Amino acid sequence: MSEIQFMKGNEAIAEAAVRAGCRFFAGYPITPQNEIPEYLSSRLFEVGGTFIQGESEVASINMVYGASSTGTRCMTSSSGCGIVLKTEGFGYLTGANLPCVVIDMSRGGPGLGSILPAQQDYFYATKAISNGGARAFVLAPGNMQEAVDMTYEAFDIADKYRCVVLLLCDGVIGNMMGGVTLPRMRELSELPDKSDWVITKRNGDGSMRMITSCYVPIKLVEDQNIHMAEMYEAWKKTESRYEAYRMEDAEVVFAAYGTSAGIAREVIKALRADGIKAGLLRPQTLFPFPEAPYRALDPEKVKQVICLEMSIPGQMVEDIRAYVDDRIPVSHWGRSGGILMKPEEALAAVRTMLI
Amino acid sequence: MEQSLLIAGFGGQGVMLIGKTLSHASVDAGKFSTFFPAYGAEQRGGTANCTVIVSDSEPIDCPLREQFDTIIIMNELSFTRFAGALKPGGTLMINSSLVEARPDPSVKTVTVDTAKIAGEVGSPKVANMVMLGAYIGYTGIYDVDAIKKLIGQALAKRPEMAELNARAIDAGVAAVSAS
Repeated sequence: MSEIQFMKGNEAIAEAAVRAGCRFFAGYPITPQNEIPEYLSSRLFEVGGTFIQGESEVASINMVYGASSTGTRCMTSSSGCGIVLKTEGFGYLTGANLPCVVIDMSRGGPGLGSILPAQQDYFYATKAISNGGARAFVLAPGNMQEAVDMTYEAFDIADKYRCVVLLLCDGVIGNMMGGVTLPRMRELSELPDKSDWVITKRNGDGSMRMITSCYVPIKLVEDQNIHMAEMYEAWKKTESRYEAYRMEDAEVVFAAYGTSAGIAREVIKALRADGIKAGLLRPQTLFPFPEAPYRALDPEKVKQVICLEMSIPGQMVEDIRAYVDDRIPVSHWGRSGGILMKPEEALAAVRTMLI
Repeated sequence: MEQSLLIAGFGGQGVMLIGKTLSHASVDAGKFSTFFPAYGAEQRGGTANCTVIVSDSEPIDCPLREQFDTIIIMNELSFTRFAGALKPGGTLMINSSLVEARPDPSVKTVTVDTAKIAGEVGSPKVANMVMLGAYIGYTGIYDVDAIKKLIGQALAKRPEMAELNARAIDAGVAAVSAS
């Protein structure tokens, strides 16, 4: 069961979803995530699930809405310019308290941009995935194995909070191959009981159920908004997570997620070889954002914070600045639009930025 | 100890299969390895390249590199594009059937006449397997039988091709050993 397998990132994510109990997928093709639907198109049938290539992204996310209403663990995937087309559905799912998992294998933007890896969906993913203040729980895997583990866990988070969980990846993680350990296959009987709300059951008094994001009277809409606000606050208190790497004596602190965090590690190893004390604070959740470790940075010890992102203009750096405040200088470096960021290039750039 | 490899040629030459096989074999041998393809609007005759990183001791933080310990050049255009990405003292493995080797004392150059050897083995289509064999022979760190088994799996739908490919790998190993 714990055997290491050689797989492509996209396929490993798809297999992890099936093992987590995902039995419905609807999506529309787009590079660099096509291996996810391709894999699921045959794999879901093997486990009695349903795969649909929708006629569009909007149709696909609304099919997910329908599947989720029945209590089925469900997923869609896309990349940047396809993800935003699902915006309408994300709001309806959030308003109706429906769980689902979304994979964004992000690429260069805006618009059609490029098909190559980028991290330019940060604002969209973390601040507003739809209208009405709807937000997603956003996970940010730093490598293939973590993408597998987080995909598996994403379905539990979605069910626990009845929310949209978005896995913000980039085309590097989706298209690389490497060794991964897959999680065990879950039986559907192990999954959470949803009989108290699914559309396929009736209420205790025999009445039929309606799952909607449209509430009458209007006060019920406000109640839903208050529920969302309380849920987001609860996430901030209990669900944010991060990894600290070589932070014990760090004077130069890197902030980076996903593939950029792997690049930051390479840079840190090279800087440390030169005697420069560098470390990394890597957010693993982007919403809720792990504010505390950034707020706790000590200006007496940390000389500067450098945010590495595959995005120009920088996006996560705005949050980093907010949490570090003006106590410590914060700077940003990255490539964008699908230009692959290489560790050697990042190291050369960082050397010119050191205070 | 980490080894980085770039393989570059044109679409249809089987560049990706070389990279995937080496990375897969490394993982099967208990090492850490990543394979990353240059993906996109690639087509037969267009450029194709991929990178393989292998580490004996620790997980690979990032599959991307700017400079490589070894570069396999399968066509002339790739030489122009990628030869400069070789680390000082690194190894260039040149498909001399299609690429003119340039004498350069600062790097090690290994030439493999893949088309000629593949023709002798039985088909020019297995030129990539000749180069795969040459890389295995040159580095000496791969189990040839394990590589052949992986190629056999990749050819599961055409088992009659497995033996030809295995012979091409052996011929590649022998070509480097002889030189």
